[in-house]
Amino acid sequence: MIKIEDLYHTYPNGVEALKGVSLEIQDGEFLAVMGQNGAGKTTLVKHINGLLKPTKGRVLVDDTDTTKLSVASLARKVGFVFQNPDHQLFSETVEDEISFALRNFGYDEKTVKERVDWALNLLDLAGYQKVSPFMLSGGERKRVALASVLAWDPKIVILDEPTIGQDSQQKERLRQFITQLNRQEKTVIIVTHDIEFVAECKPRMVLMAEGKILADGEARKVLTDPELASRASVVLPEISQIFLRLENLGFPRDVIDVYEAERLLLKRMG
Amino acid sequence: MGIIEAKSLTYTYPIGSKPAFEDVTLRIEKGEFVLVTGPSGCGKTTLCRCLNGLIPHFYLGKLEGEITVAGLKVSDHPIHELAQHVGMVFQNPENQLFALTVEKDVAFGLENLGKPREEIRERVDWALKTTGTYELRNRAPYDLSGGQQQRVAIASVLAMQPEIVVFDEPTSFLDPLGARKIFEVINSLNKDLGITVILVEHRLDLTTRYSSRVIVLDKGRIVLDGEPRTIFNSEAVRLLGVGIPKATRLCQILKPKGVDLGRTPLSSEEAYELLREALKQ
Repeated sequence: MIKIEDLYHTYPNGVEALKGVSLEIQDGEFLAVMGQNGAGKTTLVKHINGLLKPTKGRVLVDDTDTTKLSVASLARKVGFVFQNPDHQLFSETVEDEISFALRNFGYDEKTVKERVDWALNLLDLAGYQKVSPFMLSGGERKRVALASVLAWDPKIVILDEPTIGQDSQQKERLRQFITQLNRQEKTVIIVTHDIEFVAECKPRMVLMAEGKILADGEARKVLTDPELASRASVVLPEISQIFLRLENLGFPRDVIDVYEAERLLLKRMG
Repeated sequence: MGIIEAKSLTYTYPIGSKPAFEDVTLRIEKGEFVLVTGPSGCGKTTLCRCLNGLIPHFYLGKLEGEITVAGLKVSDHPIHELAQHVGMVFQNPENQLFALTVEKDVAFGLENLGKPREEIRERVDWALKTTGTYELRNRAPYDLSGGQQQRVAIASVLAMQPEIVVFDEPTSFLDPLGARKIFEVINSLNKDLGITVILVEHRLDLTTRYSSRVIVLDKGRIVLDGEPRTIFNSEAVRLLGVGIPKATRLCQILKPKGVDLGRTPLSSEEAYELLREALKQ
């Protein structure tokens, strides 16, 4: 479990990125953190793997204060995939990239190989073992970065903008994979601007603005509240925009998903 | 003659075993707004690199067939010459900006061309104003927000007064409102200045409304090419996994079930109007 208590963070240049954030995330939860650029999303999640330490307040991961743990020891438990894969990738081949952390954690070569193959298949990268990550497209590099973290099977997975450069099939795979992780009681936290992806996944959602949490609840509720959206400068999903206007024709207003929209419209018009 | 013409273009990277794209034949007219999309790894970025000569001059490798951009045969003209006709804006402005002030960044290309001081001044100011970054001119690029940085990157390309600008997923690091602002700047380059725009994107919900044409690549080949409504209506586009706008998708799945809205909407506003009409009946 992750417990964040009245967290403040001020960067050395004086920017107050977090101003009193409290949040509890249970094992096996899927949480999406959304909000405008500069709202404090990335600053918040960097406290969970200890990359940042609180200026004030506390962050507990499985009851241990992150200030008492090194980033290296937290890493075994908390996997973090950065927004820009180029900040993360450095090896000469995809295979080396994915085995790097596994070897550091001291797995034997047989296990390393198994885990690498597993991660490659999972992210649709089979056959890329010997390829240089820098020969790949932006979307493929992003998947290599994901594979390299998922390979060591962390209990908490933090993904910063996981859908960048991904087409709809890759996004669907990612969605299914997150569900699978949740079933194994693993916690998945994504930071994202991809409102349509969130509308499809319907996770618990935390909406941030100016270093504070503006709303915390079901995606369906948060993404159908235009007043909240405008305060957080978020653009609502297309389906939600349609149904907010159809409300005066007797439709429910909290519809965010294409298939649900289809069902409701067919009931009336089919 | 089109502003971009490619004939049977095939390209293989120096250490690639198979072509990144193959047998691409394409003609783009001056003033078009072309959206290029397709599954991850389909060759979109590689194709863009041919338009300003990064391929073959920088990336080397094997380029077969013929490509002409703004009347210049790409293989016969160096990158700096092509850069005066074709601007490139990438995903991450951090990779593109480097000077100490916004103004210097925007002036860099023109200084390199040895343009007279007065002309540089004029063109830099114009580019800054067009992209809404004039007020930021004395700031350091690394100190700006992602959206501001991307507008500065566009300004530095615009200062060269190119006839064509290629955008390779220019908003992937931005929030939706920031992204919308960028797309509006891009749209005005096209509609107000007549610049030919090639936009590589996965986020079709935010971009389709501006485009006059959609090209879909798959496994290095052009598989669909046409007007957005026609393309999004095709069964092929769904099978390829192209993420068409949700409003479009909704009306598409209603159709075989007997609810035909007559037209294919490209935005939520349009879908709402069509649904309201249909519900009245």
